[in-house]
Amino acid sequence: MIDLIATQITLPDLITFLVAGIAVVLGALGVVLMRNPVHSALSMIMTLFAVAVLFIEQDAQFLAAVQVIVYAGAIVVLFLFVIMLLGVDKKEYLGKDKLRGQRPLAFVSVLIIFVEILTLAKGNWATGAKATVMSTTSPISNVEQLARAIFTTYLLPFEATSVLLIVAVVGAVVLVRRVDEKPGEAEQPKELETESEMK
Amino acid sequence: MGSDPLFSHGVTLAVILIVLLKVVVAFAVLLVSVLLMIWFERKVLSDMQNRIGPNRAGPFGILQTLADGMKLFFKEDLVPDSADRAVFKLAPYLSVIPAFLVFAIVPVGGVVHIFGHTTELQVADPPMGILFLLVMSSISVYGVTLAGWGSGSKYPLLGAVRATAQMISYEAAMGLSIAAVVLITGSLSTRDIVTSQIGTYLGFIPRWNLIRLGIVPFLIFLVAITAEMNRPPFDLVEAESELVGGFHTEYSSLRFALFFLAEFMNTVTMSAVIVTLFFGGASGPDIVGPSWIWPIIWFLIKTGVFLYFYVWVRAALPRLRYDQLMTLGWKVLIPASLAWFLIIAGMQVSSYLGFGIFVLVLILGGFLARASGIGNLSDQVRLGRSRSVGTKGVD
Repeated sequence: MIDLIATQITLPDLITFLVAGIAVVLGALGVVLMRNPVHSALSMIMTLFAVAVLFIEQDAQFLAAVQVIVYAGAIVVLFLFVIMLLGVDKKEYLGKDKLRGQRPLAFVSVLIIFVEILTLAKGNWATGAKATVMSTTSPISNVEQLARAIFTTYLLPFEATSVLLIVAVVGAVVLVRRVDEKPGEAEQPKELETESEMK
Repeated sequence: MGSDPLFSHGVTLAVILIVLLKVVVAFAVLLVSVLLMIWFERKVLSDMQNRIGPNRAGPFGILQTLADGMKLFFKEDLVPDSADRAVFKLAPYLSVIPAFLVFAIVPVGGVVHIFGHTTELQVADPPMGILFLLVMSSISVYGVTLAGWGSGSKYPLLGAVRATAQMISYEAAMGLSIAAVVLITGSLSTRDIVTSQIGTYLGFIPRWNLIRLGIVPFLIFLVAITAEMNRPPFDLVEAESELVGGFHTEYSSLRFALFFLAEFMNTVTMSAVIVTLFFGGASGPDIVGPSWIWPIIWFLIKTGVFLYFYVWVRAALPRLRYDQLMTLGWKVLIPASLAWFLIIAGMQVSSYLGFGIFVLVLILGGFLARASGIGNLSDQVRLGRSRSVGTKGVD
């Protein structure tokens, strides 16, 4: 193990990997263990940010930027919005599960994933050494390589994803929007609830 | 791709020292410029409002900011009883640190030779370049959100929700106008963006992105970042003339100072970013003397113009109402920047086919803009009509 690390990876890379890796794990633990949902969301940001650092350490600069912009900058902000506005702070009911057998099933699936990781790793342990999927020494930058891959080899999946996203957005708008009412009223969640109850 | 020639011969102790030197100098310059900017803003603003402004501390009151900073430093540091202490203390730093870090990617000068090494006059020139700006602005949203929530009180929470919605909305328009710049440059690196703007048309019109892209992306970017950093006329986040400030209502002492430091630092940094993206950055004709000093001087002049512009806007324009703000962001800026992005993409593709396709795309884009314009014509009329009473701030 030690030999493997020493031959493939430089000291700064190793330090970066260790620091970011520990941050990832601590953040992930925080998401699960924190009592307050806002603190959990903050731990999640820490994890996402540390993963971005790992991406940079792998010379995947574009992925790192997108990771922070999309996940930390948009998605977790929305989580926080919901937590803050719906006021789920402080106390959470941790008694009976709504889905029966949820906890044992979760435990089993975690075990499966863990075994899967162990089998897939097969000695290729995460050490922070540079990835070999794309050449990191080529003069073409990482962004350009990624762009070429997306817009040539993987064009169809890419376009399909974009269509999927558009469908999701249009669907959300259709679900929320009410033509009869004055604009602005439909945005209040209370009225939505009473409406659905009446129906 | 952007990379500093400093690292081309491996990393030695001297290289690390040069990097440290650049970081320290950038940090110090930014802090001093914030001190001067606050003084400049108050002085110019008071001139525009026919009063004297700060004139006690130092010559022309230039040390007023320093005095205010000292005062805030020694004030009592209050943490509300119902506050979430950790989050309350963390939030100001999430505002300040991104404001500092964005400056790292701004090229403030050309390439210089120092201690036998060649280096670019900017703290970092990562390949992801201008995306770093988006990364940092998406992190700085948390400063506002968490400050409001962490205060454990209703008004800051409402202010923070409002502010976060504003910042997220305008981030989209900002990103799209940056995409136009990236499209025409063909690189994300800020250094490449600057070097691609060197040169002139017809010998006297500079090849700035402002002109190459048409003025629209610049205007969209200007409006979007003004909203992004909560400057007037989009400062309803912390409306100073209203009774309850906003997300920082519960803050006092040094933490309050940090929020203001962040705001003014953002003003300085964003002016520098505008100059980099649209006005040729640190480039311009050498007039006399050493050639390395002129890019820096041009950079300072251009940035200064925008700093003045922000003060001017603050004195001249009334504050927007919240619904006007959202209408402007979602229904005007984002469609406009998307349409313009299409036009520029068409220009790029058709450049070897001649002018015809460009004109065609322009016409189609015009139809598109017109079609989306008819839909929200009523909104725009409302927006225009109620702007005259905008200062009353109903929200």
